[in-house]
Amino acid sequence: MTTLTVPARPEDDTSPPPVPWRRMAWVTWRQHRFTLAAVAVFLGALAVGLWLAGLKTHHVYAALVAACHPASAACAGMSTTFIGTNGFLSNGFILQAVPVLIGAFAGAPVLAREMETGTFRYAWTQGFGRWRWTLAKLAPLAVAVAAAAGALSVLLSWYYQPYFATGNQAASFSELTPFFPGVFDLHGITFAAWTLTAFAIGALAGMLIRRVVPAIAATIAAYAGLAFAAGGFLRQHYLTPRVTSNPNVPGSAWIISQWWTKGGRFAFAGWPPDRLLQQFCPQGPQAGVGPDGEPKTVSIAECLTPHGYTQWTSYQPASRFWPFQWIEGGWLLALSVLLIAATIWLVRRRAA
Amino acid sequence: MNMNVIETSGLGKRYGGTWALRDCTLAIPAGHVAALIGPNGAGKTTLLNLAVGLAAPTAGGVTVLGGRPAGSPAALDGIAFVAQDTPVYRNLSAADMLHLTRNLNRRFDQHYAETRLGELGIPLKRKAGKLSGGQRAQLALTLALARRPKLLVLDEPVAMLDPVARHDFMATVLTAMVDDGVSVVLSSHVLADLERVADYLILLSRGGVQVAGEADDLLAGHRLLTGPAAEADGLAGRLAVVHVRRAGAQAHVLVRATAGDPVPPGWEAHPVGLEELAMAYLREPGAAALPGPVRARDTKQATPTEVTQ
Repeated sequence: MTTLTVPARPEDDTSPPPVPWRRMAWVTWRQHRFTLAAVAVFLGALAVGLWLAGLKTHHVYAALVAACHPASAACAGMSTTFIGTNGFLSNGFILQAVPVLIGAFAGAPVLAREMETGTFRYAWTQGFGRWRWTLAKLAPLAVAVAAAAGALSVLLSWYYQPYFATGNQAASFSELTPFFPGVFDLHGITFAAWTLTAFAIGALAGMLIRRVVPAIAATIAAYAGLAFAAGGFLRQHYLTPRVTSNPNVPGSAWIISQWWTKGGRFAFAGWPPDRLLQQFCPQGPQAGVGPDGEPKTVSIAECLTPHGYTQWTSYQPASRFWPFQWIEGGWLLALSVLLIAATIWLVRRRAA
Repeated sequence: MNMNVIETSGLGKRYGGTWALRDCTLAIPAGHVAALIGPNGAGKTTLLNLAVGLAAPTAGGVTVLGGRPAGSPAALDGIAFVAQDTPVYRNLSAADMLHLTRNLNRRFDQHYAETRLGELGIPLKRKAGKLSGGQRAQLALTLALARRPKLLVLDEPVAMLDPVARHDFMATVLTAMVDDGVSVVLSSHVLADLERVADYLILLSRGGVQVAGEADDLLAGHRLLTGPAAEADGLAGRLAVVHVRRAGAQAHVLVRATAGDPVPPGWEAHPVGLEELAMAYLREPGAAALPGPVRARDTKQATPTEVTQ
């Protein structure tokens, strides 16, 4: 990085053997043990809470499966109870914050605090060398927080298990797709991967912004943007969706879009226009009478299909859950490695 | 130890649109306590940051310890740097700071460090953040010296210290230099702090080198002439005048001359002090006389009285 215009006159010991990596392990541990302990306590408390809530959910669910006769009114009531159990946690949006909290509070200060307090002038002029110092800090910490998050995600998978059990729909319980937004990335491997990415974003933000609090804020903002983009736009394109004209798409599938055709030509997308509804479903989709005389819900499809309309659905089947997990985990891992490499590159070339 | 501890050539550093250091060419030989003097903003910290590898040059080059690129593993191994405001991890104890520094370097003299902290009355278990400013500076200096460096670089080491702590700190630096042969480069905007210990002077102003050389050579090469103020301007034609200071009817004129040179009639010649000399040059940025060695390639000839350890 230095252009040499002065003739070099090296001495005998110009290339000293580098200080061994293992000596940095103690340094990293000594300087970040409180952070790691805080992460452990935070995730531990969360785990206890989830475990207690999960026990209750599993209990209610087991009672439901044992007692519930499909399609009975009592069953519908119990199903509502089940879905209501821990509804606060079951929607998952609260837990979405866990990776970014870990990433922001564990990742952002690693470099930002050094820059803010000026101690980088001490650390980077020691014999160990600054890029090695950075790598020896970021890599073990990243692995540690990802492993801790991975451990929690095992518990989360167990916690959410009843909601995604196969056959829930057959038993007339509401069945969720495992791709349910806000839940997909809480179980499987993506929870750990998102935590790793949040940590890497934090480390880079700390190096760029050089102040702890703004770096934490920037990490949260950047992570939120990325998570929103991934969940809202990216994830559905991991594999080409399946397309079917069968109106009975499994409840566990993730429906990407629906549209109608008539006579082989595109008619409309999503909800039918009012004109069509008034023409073919004058009573609205709810009012109808079944063959046994009981009131029956008549779906839009049942209204429109006799008039030559075909409903098409593009969807991701539940069987693609693990491929999607690996795809998302893979690109998040690649992104994290890239972010950490960028951070180290910045440390290396930064002009103090 | 026939080498230059810091050698720069056309060295420049620009932050944004401002040159903090420009076209700086100098060579600081080993075996000295070299004082880097200059007003605030003269580029002292920039020069030291470039030398220890914390910053990368915009122009030119800098090598240390006889040709090692600044910031290279070999350079880091041989240089100990104590930055301005002596940063240490405030939440770590003194003992932890020793342990940390030991783990981050190939060499670390634990016995020396513990003995010195004991002598200074700095408890090993106390958090660095709870030490006084003077103690923290001593801790940072102890960490640096325990690395057994060939070159110790100190950026404004005593700026924040009270007079007693200042004295103790400089005494430690001097001991290390005399006992262990450590070369020292230290910066200050107050020459009085360094005059007692420095035997090599580099004067920076406005991002460039104005004076560089061994203190003895500089003092021997300058005289202070005292005489009638009315004749002061007339001296310029005959002598190498650096600076004229008028005090009523009298004028004090700093000239480049040795003790043997003739004194103009009506004038009285005195030897000059280091501080006075530095002040005169600082007041005359245009004088830009370079009595000492500033060229990189002929340092041997330019430093005849180099100290050999």
